[in-house]
Amino acid sequence: MQRLIIALTSGLIFGAGLVISEMANPVKVQNFLDPFGHWDPSLAFVMGGAVMVTLGTSRFIMKRKTPIFADQFYISLKTSIDRRLIIGASLFGIGWGLSGYCPGPGIINAVINPIEALVFLPALVIGGWIGQRYSARGNSIQH
Amino acid sequence: MLETFPSQALFGGILIGFSAVLLLAFNGRTAGISGILYNLLYNPLSGTERNWRLCFMAGLVGGAYFMLPVEFELRQGYSPVLLIASGLAVGIGTRIGNGCTSGHGVCGIGMLSVRSIAATVAFMISGILTVTILRNFIG
Repeated sequence: MQRLIIALTSGLIFGAGLVISEMANPVKVQNFLDPFGHWDPSLAFVMGGAVMVTLGTSRFIMKRKTPIFADQFYISLKTSIDRRLIIGASLFGIGWGLSGYCPGPGIINAVINPIEALVFLPALVIGGWIGQRYSARGNSIQH
Repeated sequence: MLETFPSQALFGGILIGFSAVLLLAFNGRTAGISGILYNLLYNPLSGTERNWRLCFMAGLVGGAYFMLPVEFELRQGYSPVLLIASGLAVGIGTRIGNGCTSGHGVCGIGMLSVRSIAATVAFMISGILTVTILRNFIG
């Protein structure tokens, strides 16, 4: 129960942050990704502000043996930079640029701009399914 | 260029960082939106494993809804083809690359994960290239 309340609260703050920061405004995001044209650098402060907080606290949190309400940290321990990571991230960047939506803003768009969400979200869901199938196949080849 | 200091962007960013820290410190989880979404959709989960993700998603949409008085001009008439191509690329890319702006860009960099730093550099570069090409040669 405690963990569910934390998850709900974390989600609420995250969603509010996306709207307040205007990260949820796809035109602003595309302007941020346009340094050779209509550059709007303000969104750098969104990631800057967020990273400032996580960078300042994560190492202290990870010094704990366990999280406050759970019995272990569920954190990726992978350290290798492989081809799949770079291809996946690059493909994600292409998608991000094409519309100005990354997953968070794409999802909350259901209550902001439902007309675009109606087109974008099904594609996001199907894309994830395709990516999942590809990843699963790749894994079985690797092992 | 910037005319005024982007305090809204900074404040919103700090909220996002705080949300991630809360989830990590109390639940030991990464606030990576793509990971949470696709685990819900495509991995057979039950009990708390499923429910915390549902709670996070409900909160995400609810939090945005409460803030809607902060309005910006809605985009209208954007190409559906671009929206579909974008959704597919974001979906496939975040699954293959194990994360998006939140998981790699906010949480991963906060942990000084080399994978996340590399992923963030990669999606920033490809995002900039995409918008530059889209606006100068297509749009």
